[in-house]
Amino acid sequence: MKVRAQIGMVLNLDKCIGCHTCSVTCKNVWTSRDGVEYAWFNNVETKPGIGYPDDWENQKRWNGGWTRTRGGKLVPRQGAKWRILANIFANPNLPEIDDYYEPFDFDYDHLKSAPEMEAFPTARPRSKISGERMEKIVHGPNWEEILGGEFEKRGKDYNFEGVQKEIYGEYENTFMMYLPRLCEHCLNPTCVASCPSGAIYKRDEDGIVLIDQEACRGWRMCVSGCPYKKIYYNWESGKSEKCTFCYPRIESGMPTVCSETCVGRIRYLGVMLYDADRIKEAAAVEGEQDLYDAQLGVFLDPNDPEVQAAALRDGVPQDWIDSAKNSPVWKMAMDWKIAFPLHPEYRTLPMVWYIPPLSPIQNAAEAGKIGVDGDLPDVKSLRIPVRYLANMLTAGDEEPIVKALERMLAMRGYMRAKTIDGVVDLGIAQRVGLTPAQIDEMYKIMALADYEDRFVVPTTHRELTEDAYDLRGGCGFTDTNQCSTGTGGGKLFGSRKFVVPTGGAR
Amino acid sequence: MNQFFFGTYPYIALTVLLVGSIARYERDPYTWKSSSSQLLRRKQLMWGSVLFHIGVLVVFFGHFFGLLVPIKVYEFFGIEAQAKQLLAAVAGGVFGSIALIGALILAHRRLTDPRIRATSSFADTAILLVLIVQLALGLISVPFSLSELSDGGVVKFMAWANGIFTFDPNAASYIKDVDLIFKLHIVLGLTIFILFPFTRLVHMLSAPVRYIWRPGYQIVRTRRKKA
Repeated sequence: MKVRAQIGMVLNLDKCIGCHTCSVTCKNVWTSRDGVEYAWFNNVETKPGIGYPDDWENQKRWNGGWTRTRGGKLVPRQGAKWRILANIFANPNLPEIDDYYEPFDFDYDHLKSAPEMEAFPTARPRSKISGERMEKIVHGPNWEEILGGEFEKRGKDYNFEGVQKEIYGEYENTFMMYLPRLCEHCLNPTCVASCPSGAIYKRDEDGIVLIDQEACRGWRMCVSGCPYKKIYYNWESGKSEKCTFCYPRIESGMPTVCSETCVGRIRYLGVMLYDADRIKEAAAVEGEQDLYDAQLGVFLDPNDPEVQAAALRDGVPQDWIDSAKNSPVWKMAMDWKIAFPLHPEYRTLPMVWYIPPLSPIQNAAEAGKIGVDGDLPDVKSLRIPVRYLANMLTAGDEEPIVKALERMLAMRGYMRAKTIDGVVDLGIAQRVGLTPAQIDEMYKIMALADYEDRFVVPTTHRELTEDAYDLRGGCGFTDTNQCSTGTGGGKLFGSRKFVVPTGGAR
Repeated sequence: MNQFFFGTYPYIALTVLLVGSIARYERDPYTWKSSSSQLLRRKQLMWGSVLFHIGVLVVFFGHFFGLLVPIKVYEFFGIEAQAKQLLAAVAGGVFGSIALIGALILAHRRLTDPRIRATSSFADTAILLVLIVQLALGLISVPFSLSELSDGGVVKFMAWANGIFTFDPNAASYIKDVDLIFKLHIVLGLTIFILFPFTRLVHMLSAPVRYIWRPGYQIVRTRRKKA
């Protein structure tokens, strides 16, 4: 057993209102620079839809994630090391920027500089890459917002597999949900495995996956390796960039920007202890539907004295172990089993988990026909097909999803009875295998969602790894070159400083 | 003249190459990259880049071993200068052509595609054009080389290159009377050495061959000091 700790995240999709505050605050902080205008470390997709970049879930097309060989070994789907190197001159699996969208700005200056004209002046779009006029914008970061576009295109959504999707194209049967996405900070990341330079790494103390910007050579294999397409090639700097899990904030005990600013309070952060020795085995189990269970098996119970001792032995600080006991992620993923990994079949063991959304009862008008199981509506009659959610979260295994949805419905029923009728309905609790105390806690954490219940983030322990004496007179964060500004006066080697974004046409 | 270009200039070029590359790697690692533009335009890059790189790699290693391996090694293995020259001319001709075709595709892409054109630095475009000229010079020299097979021309170049690295003061005189085309090819080649640290060419020093024997797939970095 080798115990390591990771800050995991859970997103409660049941409460996501699709406001994109997470995406916008993230963009303002991290990607408002040249070369990454098109990159959204966090984006919110309307499902069903093909998403951003186009069709990212279709690994037959993009070859992201891992594949299991007949001998039971794991190999990146885009190829083993020799094949990745063979593709280094031209990567056949790399999306083009048009698969995301061509970044654009508008000629705002024209609004005030235009001469007197018959028609009112307009600000027309212009490419941020070539600077040329764009006659028509054909793609954007959130092109399918609220079911935008025809069903024929959105219906290519990979999660429709095994679902009779035609009826969901009809207006009466349509359904939608939001899916906010960010880097999964996987336990078994394919981006790290695919990087020929060894520039991408997972941090041992908090599990955050980062790209060493000085070691990245721009071979761009990580972009195609990541099945979630959450590594972005900065076409200006020639380096790949990704979600940093706001590590400077996490290190000081603060939630990530996306979590902090979430108005729906859907995001949760907490410590998960895991056994690093079990990762390989768990990611390589044969059946895709067993991967969810296999990943649960990698997590370690922070309340187990044996685990605690092993964690201390392996250098996990005591307050991290204490945080792990209070981790909302642990409670949702392990205690209540209502949170699930996104596409476990990619075999990356992702660490950003999702609570599936409830949805209105189908054909509510035909109220008499609603399938009712005791006091609980039958989750199979929810508007969003269970199979659809299962394809997204459990490689198609419906049972865990059904159980989770039932538990969420039970929580509602139980609390409704308790607060309105003043009755404790033990029956509901028992039917979904929860105790009243557990439901009370679920209610507190999921429905009330206080700040300190959502974010249980211990600070990092620099004192264990740094000698403050050596750091005195240092210069804190710099880009390169110790205390110099990084690029010196000239541009001998063609470097550019991070450029403050400018408005208007370029 | 001859002494300067083939006796002194090589040392200037090699010094700039070495010192410049080390300085850039050390002082400005953020700029050390391949500068791929595949994300912006896939078209033409797939064929252009693959052809160019395969051709150029073979040509590069051909020159490297052809010029720098001491003549005695060839004598030891009983390889005749004439056979070696024939091999060099044929392999150089074939792979040089492949590289040139690739480079022309890439140049067309770089100069005509609005996205690539707008995002190219002067150095990006210039080095590509310089490489095309160099490839063309190299290919033009092939028939000269073939017509002088019996002259042992190749031995002169080997002697010169060996001489440069053994600090032989007479190195330049060994190639005094070779055809002008060879001289142009050499001078431009040395000039590319000088340009090397200031362009994207540096990415070849980072060719990630170590990846092949990097143990396992995953990388975890720790700040903790090893106990």
